Amino acid sequence: MTDKYQKIVERHTPEENVMVNAIIAFITGGIMGIIGQLLIDFYSSYMHIPSKEATVCMLITLIFMSCLLTSLGFFDKCVNFCKCGLIIPITGFAHATQSAALEYRKEGLVMGLGANMLKLSGAVIIYGIIGSFVFSLIRTLVGII
Amino acid sequence: MTVKFNNSYINETATIVGPYEGKGPLKKYFDYIYAELYFNEKTWEQAEMKIIDQAINIVKEKSNLTNVDLLIGGDLLNQLAPSNYAASKFYTPYAGIYAACATSTLGLIIASNFIENGMAKNIITFTSSHNNGAEKQYRYPVEYGGPKPKTTTFTSTGAAAALVSSNKSNIKIESGTIGRVVDSNVKNIFHMGAVMAKAAADTINKHLKDLKRSINYYDLVLTGDLGIYGKEILKDYLKEEYSIELENYNDTGTMIYDVENQEVYAGASGPACAPLVTYSYIFNLMKKKKLKRVLLVATGALMSPSLTNQKLTLPAIAHAVSLEVIK
Repeated sequence: MTDKYQKIVERHTPEENVMVNAIIAFITGGIMGIIGQLLIDFYSSYMHIPSKEATVCMLITLIFMSCLLTSLGFFDKCVNFCKCGLIIPITGFAHATQSAALEYRKEGLVMGLGANMLKLSGAVIIYGIIGSFVFSLIRTLVGII
Repeated sequence: MTVKFNNSYINETATIVGPYEGKGPLKKYFDYIYAELYFNEKTWEQAEMKIIDQAINIVKEKSNLTNVDLLIGGDLLNQLAPSNYAASKFYTPYAGIYAACATSTLGLIIASNFIENGMAKNIITFTSSHNNGAEKQYRYPVEYGGPKPKTTTFTSTGAAAALVSSNKSNIKIESGTIGRVVDSNVKNIFHMGAVMAKAAADTINKHLKDLKRSINYYDLVLTGDLGIYGKEILKDYLKEEYSIELENYNDTGTMIYDVENQEVYAGASGPACAPLVTYSYIFNLMKKKKLKRVLLVATGALMSPSLTNQKLTLPAIAHAVSLEVIK
């Protein structure tokens, strides 16, 4: 009986446009990469910052811009359109954190903003740290051998 | 369980909506439209409180009523907070109810029971939902723009209230069916139409069986918020499982917005959706005698974010109310 229902549900569940979404994400993600590289070039050649620190400056600029645009209220529409093109780079992380911060600001600085700011992005930090630990362990072990 | 009523009528209604509904095709039928989502309040929850309060007051004003026996109503948020706070402003007994998006018809059935038994004369039932309040509690922060599948429904913003009374009016609550909780074995929280369609089918079938009626008895069957895909699922399932052909059928979730041009994915949802459309547009048609008998089946997905994270399937419920125009 449930099988019959499942079949009807499947029949009326539309396909997501995976290919179109992937192409949009590929192009917009690529553009983000170009913007990042241009920022690094700008910081290193015009402001004479060493290239390692210029990378950090680039990241900070992107984080600031996505937080600012999220707060101004239209970055959600950009993310919705670009999908993984904006979610995978640092802009996605900043956007998730900032949107949660905006949402809970009115519930107080500690119990609201402080406790809920990493609601969406907390998992990225946790598994980012675990992931980097595992991979550096592998790298060290490979180095010893 | 189906109950027949003989002297329960809907005397007055109030519908208040937010900006998205105000840009939809039914805009001229609503009592009040807000241009922004905060309604001059500080937070989404407080905004929802305000419109509930306002909807009850509009019904009271329209009916020149000072003494209401009972308030029955609810919303989507935890602890029915907006409803409780709004009800605290009235010195009237209040019964808070929760059936997710099926709250409106459940309220009408309970109110009619009190009236039928002579325990009360005037009862105001209300329901509300707020898109951003619901997004915050059930999904993601409002400003988060992660992509959503096509089957996602868009919680409507608004409050609807109705005065159910033993005083005769054009619109009679003829009978009501309280539905069962149906688990359709769907885990996808972005496909509420699929979660709820089975419950709607179950309630429709039970209602027709209990009253020994055919579906053609009704000029219009309205479901709550199945959306464009859920609507098709219900039609096919009713046909295949119960051999019921839905002909004069619509879904309020696909009526309140311009589904083609507004960014609402599969259509509207929320406890306010079904009563907002029914009390405004449908009652208008009924008063013009274009519709005589309407079966309103509000559908609710009884979703708990904790339990869906625990990988349980989503249960759903549907309550039906038969509305009739009398001379």
